[in-house]
Amino acid sequence: MSELKRKDILGLEEMSADEMELILDTAQSMREIIDRPIKQVPTLRGKGILSLFYESSTRTKISFDLAARYLSAGSVGVAKAGSSLDKGESLRDTVRNVEVMGPELVVMRHPSGGAPHYLAKNVDSSVINAGDGYHEHPTQGLLDMLSVRQKTGTLEGLKVAIIGDIFHSRVARSDIWGFGRMGSEVVVSAPTTLLPPNIEETGCRVEPRVEDALKDADVVCVLRLQLERQKQSFFPSVREYHALYGIDARRLALAKPGAILMHPGPMNRGVEITSDIADGPQSIILEQVPNGVAVRMALLYLLLGGGE
Amino acid sequence: MSPDFQLKQKAQIMDEAAMGRALVRIAHEVVEKNSGTDGVILVGIHRRGVPLAERLARQIERIEGVEIPCGYLDITLYRDDLTLRHDRPLVQGTHIPTDITGKTVILVDDVLFTGRTIRAAMDALMDLGRPSSIQLVALVDRGHRELPIRADFVGKNVPTSRQEVVEVKVRDIDGAEEVVIMEKTGGDNSNV
Repeated sequence: MSELKRKDILGLEEMSADEMELILDTAQSMREIIDRPIKQVPTLRGKGILSLFYESSTRTKISFDLAARYLSAGSVGVAKAGSSLDKGESLRDTVRNVEVMGPELVVMRHPSGGAPHYLAKNVDSSVINAGDGYHEHPTQGLLDMLSVRQKTGTLEGLKVAIIGDIFHSRVARSDIWGFGRMGSEVVVSAPTTLLPPNIEETGCRVEPRVEDALKDADVVCVLRLQLERQKQSFFPSVREYHALYGIDARRLALAKPGAILMHPGPMNRGVEITSDIADGPQSIILEQVPNGVAVRMALLYLLLGGGE
Repeated sequence: MSPDFQLKQKAQIMDEAAMGRALVRIAHEVVEKNSGTDGVILVGIHRRGVPLAERLARQIERIEGVEIPCGYLDITLYRDDLTLRHDRPLVQGTHIPTDITGKTVILVDDVLFTGRTIRAAMDALMDLGRPSSIQLVALVDRGHRELPIRADFVGKNVPTSRQEVVEVKVRDIDGAEEVVIMEKTGGDNSNV
């Protein structure tokens, strides 16, 4: 496969293994550009990219902006503060305004699941989902897959343990679908209150005890405890969460020797992950970040690189 | 994009032995022109320039007894026809083992045609450093240049018409070693 025959990247649930393989291969080729003295190729000169972030973001937003810049595309963005979302504009009106500005591609993050899908259906521009509600975060899923593949060579047959707040995590869903489709075995573990009902239907296995999930894992993906969403008390206290589900050196040792440790960031150090392992030799947390730029460059190229 | 024409083989213009001899001669010419191999780097252009560059490196090593650095260049991201094409060419990556600043970079490609690939390759190289000079090896020069670009070392000059396609086959990629001229039949005869 040498072409991505789709207009939008909305999620990994609907993506085939061949498509993911092509994206990861292309991203691997893009990775080298990030380390060059001149980090820019003329590929997407004259293309317009609009980013609509209706929810806060540091990494993802910067990563998309840099990806656009490295490929010579023009990128402008709207963040939640100071946009008309604050003024109560409906998504439908936003969509119509985007349409007439004519960008070739729109990157959207939105607190409601399905918002980028609605946008994609209603504009001619390509749309990339940069995270929609608790649904999907496909570019994060892809960069996690790329980061692991760089270490292991393949995703086939790996045991991937995803630990933490699955309920609020769009990263978890994209990882489950992505790794699963590439032939990994995905196991999740979380307090029952942070597990969505019927999560097994996404193709993962649930282990209520974190120790069982970690046993012999090749990859441990620790999710951020979304403290800003914990107002409804999903668990008694942060300290108890740390005691039962926090990943420290002792728990990480249950995984295979040299298992890969990931975290999509931003980290709550001392809550879901301890500092010694986050900064330790098994952690690839900082390698995930440039891989994120490479994945987004690959997607921009694959969606915009050819003529119509 | 599926082509709306068929390709029919018209003639073989180089066989395995002729390709081998041409590469040996070019290896000698490269060494002669550069008075040795000091500061020389070979860079093959994806795809078939890559195995040709590797072979050239082996020949030069045989002649001079020194190993010379050999890299590969992907020019996809520098193409000037990306928005004209319907497909999105595969990006295969660039790897050059040393810094090219101040070095003599010898670009290696299989067929020199419009010159646009070489233009893109030179732009790509300039983003990686400032070589003291760039020279060009083409196994086949088929004419029809659209840019002021010429090869320093040519395996064989082959006059062609625009309706023809020159195919270089190398064992590592195609399982055969030869250069053939193919003729387009049917469909439209516009330039590809």
